[in-house]
Amino acid sequence: MIAEIRKGAVANLPVGASVAAYGSVLGMLAAQKGISWLQLLVMNLFVFAGSAQFVMVDMWLPPLPILEMTLAVLVINMRYLLIGASLEPLFKGKSWLHKAGIIHLVADENWAVTMAAHRRNGTTTGFLLGGGLCLCTIWSTGTLLGHRLGALVTHPERFALDFAFVAVFTALTVSMWRGKRDIAPWVTAAILAVAVEHWLPGKWYIVIGGIGGALVPALQSSLNKPRRPAPASDSSVAEALMEENP
Amino acid sequence: MNILSPTDLSVAMAIAGAALATYCLRLGGLLLAEHLPRNGGFKQFMEALPGTILLSLIAPGIFSAGFLGGVAALTTAACAWKTKNVLLAMVAGMGVVAAGRWLA
Repeated sequence: MIAEIRKGAVANLPVGASVAAYGSVLGMLAAQKGISWLQLLVMNLFVFAGSAQFVMVDMWLPPLPILEMTLAVLVINMRYLLIGASLEPLFKGKSWLHKAGIIHLVADENWAVTMAAHRRNGTTTGFLLGGGLCLCTIWSTGTLLGHRLGALVTHPERFALDFAFVAVFTALTVSMWRGKRDIAPWVTAAILAVAVEHWLPGKWYIVIGGIGGALVPALQSSLNKPRRPAPASDSSVAEALMEENP
Repeated sequence: MNILSPTDLSVAMAIAGAALATYCLRLGGLLLAEHLPRNGGFKQFMEALPGTILLSLIAPGIFSAGFLGGVAALTTAACAWKTKNVLLAMVAGMGVVAAGRWLA
């Protein structure tokens, strides 16, 4: 087990470099929002999901919109249902406690690294856990460093720190592009998001735009069902999610 | 820090809500693996969701940002597309905004 954990940790070091950099940006943004380093650390350890944490920090304006925030995190992290499901073969025959413990430390990166290793020559839950421990340490260190440095920056807008959120997510969005079949859902999502942001208060546009856009291919598939049953393929899910950050 | 103050309570609830939601999805996926539909509408929905969510996050911000925001977002997107490097793309976009403000 220990050897496997070490192997998993080492395998995740390369991707860890970008996790650290990305984390330090989150730390700076959190400092600007008045989130303490301790609160940030608790968030890192218990939520441990990068894009959701970015959105939480973005929405962080007292009084905290707890319901909206939780809902936004729920929708953003919906992909973990698929990620969790894809790991089922790896966890086959393991105890309930083993599953409940290790699954918490599954992020996009160590999942992707583990799935790649699994396809090559099989791997273990220890490898997955090693990657999770490695990334969680790097993520926390990166965010806390950014938080301490961010507190020193008195004019964040001069360094375009207020644009960091949009920049990170623009880059991540591009990495999600799956080709022409994304045109209809993406256009729908963008129009819905812009319209809802204009007409409804708060951050409901994230949830409504995201779900509305994703419903387009779902409805198309349901309408086409009698003629053409979609073949099941897990690899396409893996590819679609592979580029995502923690 | 006073743990019982209303601000800290709301912070704790916000983090607890996010943590619980995320953990339930992770464990739920693993435990329900055999029961989740492997094809059809649900699968299409789940596969399209990461992209549409991220786009919904940024679309209003870019739409309402001025000319500089639009140029910076395009720069970020182009850089991400060419280099596949999120970090580099982020730095490029922020660089455009910082430079634009410095010149203005």
